[in-house]
Amino acid sequence: MKASNSYIGRPMDRVEDLRMVRGRGTYVADVNRPDQLYGVILRSSVAHGKIRSIDFTRALELPGVKLVLTAADLGATVPRIPVRLQPLPELEPFRQPMLADRKVRYVGEPIAVVIAESAAIAEDALEHIDLDIERLPAITNREQVEAAASVLFEDHGSNTAITWKALLGDADAAFKTADYVRRERFQIQRHTAMFMEPRGFVAEWDAEAAKLTVWGAAKLAWHNRRVLAAALGLDEDAVNLVEVDVGGGFGSRGEFYPEDYLIPAAAKIMQRPVKWTEDRREHMMSSNHAREIECNVEIAVSRDGRFLGLRGQIWADIGAYLRTNGSMGPRNVAQFMSGPYCFGNVDLKCSMLTTNKTPSGSYRGPGRFETDFIRERLIDIVARELKIDRLELRRRNLVADSQMPYRLPFITPSDSSNELDSGDYHAVFERCLKEFGWEERSKLRGKLVDGYYHGLGIGSFIEGGAAGPKEDARLVLETDGSLSVYLGSSAIGQGLETIMAQIAADATELPFEKITVNHGSTSHVKDGYGSYHSRSTVMGGSSILLAGEKLKELIRETAAKRFNCGPAEILIDGEQVSYAGNHLSLSKLSAVPLEVEASFYNTKHTWAYGTQAAHVAVDPGTGEVKVVDYLSVEDVGRMINPLTLHGQAIGAIVQGLGGALLEHLVYDTEGQLLTGSFADYLLPTASDFPNIRSITLELKPCPNNPLGAKGAGEGGVIPVGGVIGNAVADALFHLNVQPLELPLSPPRIWELIEEAHQQQLGSS
Amino acid sequence: MKPPIFEYASPSTIAEAVSLLASRDGNAKVISGGQSLMPMLAFRLASPELLVDLKQLKDLNTIIIRDDGVRLGAKVRWCDIESDKRLDRSHPLLAEAIKHVAHYQVRNRGTVGGSLAHADPSAEMPGVTLTCDGLMTIVGSRGMRIEKASDFFIGPLTTSLEPDEIITEVHLPSWPADRRWAFREFARRKGDFAMAGVALFYDLDQENRAVDAHIGVIGVSDCPIRLTAAEAALNGNALTEETFSAVVAAAKGSIDPPSDIHASGAYRRALLGTLLGRGLHQSASRGETNASPI
Amino acid sequence: MQVQFELNGEAVITDVEPRTTLADCIRDGLRKTGTHVGCEHGVCGACTVLINGDAVRACLVLAVQVQGDKVVTIEGLSGDELSPLQVAFRKHHALQCGFCTPGFITTAHALLTNEPNVNEERVRDVLSGNLCRCTGYIPIVEAVLDARIHYARGEE
Repeated sequence: MKASNSYIGRPMDRVEDLRMVRGRGTYVADVNRPDQLYGVILRSSVAHGKIRSIDFTRALELPGVKLVLTAADLGATVPRIPVRLQPLPELEPFRQPMLADRKVRYVGEPIAVVIAESAAIAEDALEHIDLDIERLPAITNREQVEAAASVLFEDHGSNTAITWKALLGDADAAFKTADYVRRERFQIQRHTAMFMEPRGFVAEWDAEAAKLTVWGAAKLAWHNRRVLAAALGLDEDAVNLVEVDVGGGFGSRGEFYPEDYLIPAAAKIMQRPVKWTEDRREHMMSSNHAREIECNVEIAVSRDGRFLGLRGQIWADIGAYLRTNGSMGPRNVAQFMSGPYCFGNVDLKCSMLTTNKTPSGSYRGPGRFETDFIRERLIDIVARELKIDRLELRRRNLVADSQMPYRLPFITPSDSSNELDSGDYHAVFERCLKEFGWEERSKLRGKLVDGYYHGLGIGSFIEGGAAGPKEDARLVLETDGSLSVYLGSSAIGQGLETIMAQIAADATELPFEKITVNHGSTSHVKDGYGSYHSRSTVMGGSSILLAGEKLKELIRETAAKRFNCGPAEILIDGEQVSYAGNHLSLSKLSAVPLEVEASFYNTKHTWAYGTQAAHVAVDPGTGEVKVVDYLSVEDVGRMINPLTLHGQAIGAIVQGLGGALLEHLVYDTEGQLLTGSFADYLLPTASDFPNIRSITLELKPCPNNPLGAKGAGEGGVIPVGGVIGNAVADALFHLNVQPLELPLSPPRIWELIEEAHQQQLGSS
Repeated sequence: MKPPIFEYASPSTIAEAVSLLASRDGNAKVISGGQSLMPMLAFRLASPELLVDLKQLKDLNTIIIRDDGVRLGAKVRWCDIESDKRLDRSHPLLAEAIKHVAHYQVRNRGTVGGSLAHADPSAEMPGVTLTCDGLMTIVGSRGMRIEKASDFFIGPLTTSLEPDEIITEVHLPSWPADRRWAFREFARRKGDFAMAGVALFYDLDQENRAVDAHIGVIGVSDCPIRLTAAEAALNGNALTEETFSAVVAAAKGSIDPPSDIHASGAYRRALLGTLLGRGLHQSASRGETNASPI
Repeated sequence: MQVQFELNGEAVITDVEPRTTLADCIRDGLRKTGTHVGCEHGVCGACTVLINGDAVRACLVLAVQVQGDKVVTIEGLSGDELSPLQVAFRKHHALQCGFCTPGFITTAHALLTNEPNVNEERVRDVLSGNLCRCTGYIPIVEAVLDARIHYARGEE
């Protein structure tokens, strides 16, 4: 690999931007096929019920309506969506059918597909479908789960699916002898990724060739092809999933949803291309929700402030079905609650509850955002009660460099364990305090300035990345001397084409400008895994590095034949090869493209880590929380492109602030989603959080991959809830306000202040 | 999310527009900026047979400022109000309130008439019109009528407008230069509908006591309302902490705000008290120093 | 129903149902897909276009309402060379997935054209009508502020 003048580490302007800033990108809604029809989904407006009948006669009479597809058309057994991550046999009963089959279990569940000459006509037809649903009691919260007025899955008999357990040491013994034990109840609200481009597909069945092409793949094309082919009874080779520009993912987009099957199935039936574009309202009730948990957690601490144990019960509301990655958040809450700290003894259980709400799945930092709120808030509560400085308390318990690799709790029923790879957690913590000006700002703590109480908050985090098992890359030196990179990783907005071209340029020593990166479509490489768990840079990038070595070998071998020498005698020098003073341009090297493939395998995760600090100002009159300043310091081992990495950090922090202060998917007790528009689901806007800073360090390269990089797409979001919660508590220290739930909306802050006033009145 | 089927007409005179509206037994609707109607059509919450576009109607987009006050044509857009610097003097309350309406793109198209006819309980224009004793000029099949704001807003998204009527103008009475006033609202984010808001003004008599107090609120009822008890607590009194506390207490005691997903009624009541208190202080200091809002 | 208007400087005549939004008309009928549709209820700003120079949400306008108007979309803001705003967006990494970007650039173009001396607060105020889920807005604001100088000189 090129050692000097490397592209890796440089803030290269993105190649993607050249099309995107001019409106020349191609997103799935921009794909049109000749003679295409349009699909629209009939969704349940009832949260829980038995389908008595569906009558679509009147709908079919509307001019332009071609087909109404219901579960009855999908065979004797309606195909169900397989669980992708942690596919335990005990999760089988909770898989979602492609169309509601006899029962509906959430508002928004697909019941039928209408195919028509235009989307508007298909929507008109929805109003002419007569649906008879016998209502059952809706289960929308833990109280209703426990009261068990009805169960979602009669065969299973309970609304609790499974319980994850995270175990380390002997927590009960630790709690028995601890000097101090503190227990609290926490709650995190349901919210979600809410990427800007609605999902969509264009599916086309070529009857002659018996091949299906589907535009609109994202994140996981190869996995989804396997699922789709199986559900349609096709060979994998007969299905091509095409990834065009993708308008954001954040864990939610690209998972296999019912529409991933329904639209291709309709195209196959109609023998005409079918296009479906999700609208925002249906996005809010159909794409994965995330993060809704409540818990009782206790912490054991020694008199001198050493953490001795974490113990507790968590309930995760996963919604109506266990979708592809519905286990990740709940499992992670238990597994990673100890975060970057030494606890020694952990006993955490997380029960997944099925409810009549939209199914949930991963959203950036799944489980980690939630668990960091709980842990960092607990630490501040302990510090206050033990009268130990909260910075000092953290210093005493952060995992030390010398303890690496550091073992995390064992998790069942998946029977897996994990260990932190490397890091100087203390150094990053101190760096954050220094860059933030913690000491200077501390003078404002608790002060009322111009009507606002000021407070500071801090929290440290770990971010897992680089999930295995592998990623594939194929490099093709074209006959004109340019390089085409084909990759199993997917582009979801993270600048993949630029980052991978930088790595490929260093790996092959070719100029950046000569490299084109092709990604995410099943035609590019035989197998691919995609972009999740902050894995694309590490996994895809490492596979390019390996492929680069192979390509250079092949170039030497090819050149050796031309020069009649041994491959070892060939020098590769930029865009030419040399032997004994003779030069040959790569564009003249071979009459056929030179092609190599390589896979990078990995069983160990990367662990980026960091510390964030916030300065907030709270208006006690309105409950408004102003973020005066926010800083993140993270060590990612090695940066590929500082520009895009910085973008990941800042963007993730603002998403975290949305989760901490604004965003909430609200249901009523009947299971109706009350936040079905952007007027009610509040995303951060340009005027909300003007002061966010991020510093990225390269202190401890990852020992487990040739790049030394650690996945860093999610870290920013992880600690934000805890940091903001701590800052609000600090601002309202005089009232002993302790935020234990999110979001910290103005009405919620006002209530906390009111409650604190009442308590102070009562105790005085 | 595609709108339902409807017909569309773009008449060039008011008479023609009115007759089109009258021809559909209440199933025709006016569209101008469309910034409230279009989302309702997208969600299929409205399904008119016919939309009558005011686009070609002349003379409805002017701001006239005379001794008797400010007249806003129905097609005057928020951006027109924002950029008309005369209003900073002629009607500062209006100018200030309109700064809070929606976002840039909506402000470039949303109109005064549309907002009044839509009558959202959290919207600024209906609140200001009611607070300022505004008068609507309305044209329909039976001719022209002038309606007081207090008779116009009658319930949630409900006005006294008949299906065949069009608002052509709103008249806000003249504004003395030394009038004390404030506009305060609080929303979750910039441009969102207010969780509560207050528009207030009064004049001072020779003993510096408040007279002719007007206090109107938005977001705390099913339509904009005037708080007569709070006005009474202000009228005839000096601008003291004591007076302001009494006004706030009267205001909080006279509203019963609804609860919804964004806030409880209790919060809205407290919030209104906060905003009113701050507005009163702002109004008091404004006259002395002409200072910018605190 | 026939509607006639000017799109990016060219006269177009097209046949639409009255219920067709301007956004759908431009994208589906006229196949200019740079204008993106993110919510269809007038909040996200991705579909922002210029009508007679004003930035408006194309999902909140019916195609039949732009009869005789001048409409400019993202495609109309530059030729082969990037416009100053587009250069600034790239330089500041003001986009990630790029879906919201056309709406931000059309909005910012209208703003800078009318108010070339705009300050940061005003930029944030105006851009608060456009949603971006990737960037956290900070680089977008920086890019718009950076591009001001080109509008002050009258270059666009």
